[in-house]
Amino acid sequence: MLLTRAFDEKALLLQRQGRLGTYAVSRGQEAAQIGSALALKNDDWVVPSFREQGVFIALGYPLHQLYQYWGWDERGMNIPKKFSILPITIPVSAQIPHAVGIAYALKLRNEKKVVACYFGDGGTSKGDFHEGLNMAGVWALPVVFICQNNQWAISVSRKKQSASKTLAQKAISYGFEGIQVDGNDVFGIYKVVSEAVKKARSGKGPSLIECFTYRIGDHTTSDDASRYRSKKEVESWIKKDPIERLRKYMKKKEMWTKMYEKQLKKKIGKQVKEAVERFEKIPKQNPEEMFRYVYAEMPWFLKEEMRDI
Amino acid sequence: MPVMNMVNALNLALRQEMKKDNSVVVLGEDVGINGGVFRVTDGLLKLYGKKRVIDTPLAESGIIGASIGMAINGLRPVAEIQFSGFMYSTFDQIISHASRIRNRSRGRYSCPVVIRTPYSGGIKALEHHSESMEALYTHIPGIKVVIPSTPADAKGLLISAIRDPDPVIFLEPKRIYRAVKEYVQENEYIIPIGKARLVREGNQVSIICWGAMVRECERAVLQSGIDAEIIDLRSLKPFDVDLIIESVKKTRRVVVVHEAPKTNGFGAEIIATINENALLYLDAPPIRVTGFDSVIPLGKLEDVYLPNVERINKALQKVVSF
Repeated sequence: MLLTRAFDEKALLLQRQGRLGTYAVSRGQEAAQIGSALALKNDDWVVPSFREQGVFIALGYPLHQLYQYWGWDERGMNIPKKFSILPITIPVSAQIPHAVGIAYALKLRNEKKVVACYFGDGGTSKGDFHEGLNMAGVWALPVVFICQNNQWAISVSRKKQSASKTLAQKAISYGFEGIQVDGNDVFGIYKVVSEAVKKARSGKGPSLIECFTYRIGDHTTSDDASRYRSKKEVESWIKKDPIERLRKYMKKKEMWTKMYEKQLKKKIGKQVKEAVERFEKIPKQNPEEMFRYVYAEMPWFLKEEMRDI
Repeated sequence: MPVMNMVNALNLALRQEMKKDNSVVVLGEDVGINGGVFRVTDGLLKLYGKKRVIDTPLAESGIIGASIGMAINGLRPVAEIQFSGFMYSTFDQIISHASRIRNRSRGRYSCPVVIRTPYSGGIKALEHHSESMEALYTHIPGIKVVIPSTPADAKGLLISAIRDPDPVIFLEPKRIYRAVKEYVQENEYIIPIGKARLVREGNQVSIICWGAMVRECERAVLQSGIDAEIIDLRSLKPFDVDLIIESVKKTRRVVVVHEAPKTNGFGAEIIATINENALLYLDAPPIRVTGFDSVIPLGKLEDVYLPNVERINKALQKVVSF
């Protein structure tokens, strides 16, 4: 969680210096992301939205590749073979049916893997959410739908998004279980997602988990959240910061010492520094790359157009 | 060699590919127990079971979105959208995802999906059942577009499409689903995507057409007595530029015929390509015979909208006598 926070803080700095493009920070959602990701096995599938760096990081995704992607280079999403993660999806909720199709293939082949599919509160308003969850229910697929309800879809509040009392209850209409969980409680999330994963893995179908959390930062580096929400509201959630909460718990259990903190900070600082160095050393893409992956084999018209570079 | 119509030929292609490769699955509305509203998937459920022949909920975008996920995870889905007029709600999935998965992941993932859909007019169907929007798909990087015009081609092209590593939009001219029967080889064969068919050799004018218009053009040529060369494009993306340019250099005259509206129809792309590659060979301005830039009418006026022998002949006379 601290590594994700440090990664984000560095990304913000790099963005302000023009070394990264538009970036979506995850501050406040670390428990939801890391707690859920840790409930997965290495070969389970992950279908992310665009704010899931905590999930990528928890699974061990190379940090420099994340910086590379947000630094305008598609190769950052050339997912290394050992991960079954889909590239970041920018359009909201469009990835939900993809998760359903991946899960269908798993079920058809009797593979005991599951799919974790991430989206936000705004995403539950989209048609793809309905179509995807409906299909997953009908076919009893091994998917865990993880909704990070961070209360804001850019400037539209959760209340304006849906008249449903909870987002979790939407699962009822698709014929499977929906659970609302404190999205800032990393242990709670880990437990609830672990149970849903176990259920999916044993062929008992999908679940929808609503992680009730908060987006402390702006929507992206291009957004100014002070235009639409009060300082007071943000401050009340800063008090509930999932990292502070975990720190307090660990202190109480005498697992968090000054020494531990010092070592951890040093380690994380080094990881982020090395990732930035590695990212900045990556040679620029050859312009031919933009033609190479349009089709498996380059058709005549692309070959012709490539001569005009 | 059995005689069959396009529906039978497509059905045979699906049977053979599903037998050969158990990663091939068929999904869509009414494709299972009902065998598809045009019966293209008839009998597949009995042969390959409900896990591979999937009656989906009524959700076009979901069908294509799920197909994308299946393809990413090793299946070869052949999705049916019941009518091409119902494709529009799938555009986000096609344009933003199916076509881009390979590029977005820099080759880590691919999307070998076939989207079959009955298209174009001529059967006096309901609104949204008769339009020809093929040009929309040709504008999308990463997508291939195929339109067969004969049973034998339909079989070979569908097999190619299923084996293709990239997403293919497979438009089936429903007006000729059952209109023509011909000998179709029983054993499997492929027609490569991107190769046109020389329907008729001729010297006076090159007619470039596809889908149900191929038959209209053949009739028009027979009636007119003009020695026209007819090229059935079969694939719109990629299209067979070599055959077109070779033909145009020989005949020095061009007529393009399609059912779709004229503005930004695929005829415009063909003529622009001819202009870029063989303008100085032309003896007359190229002519487009197309549907109109109006909404395709319901049954009573449909015949007036669709290019017919008379309109094609008029264009042939005009271009030849220029």
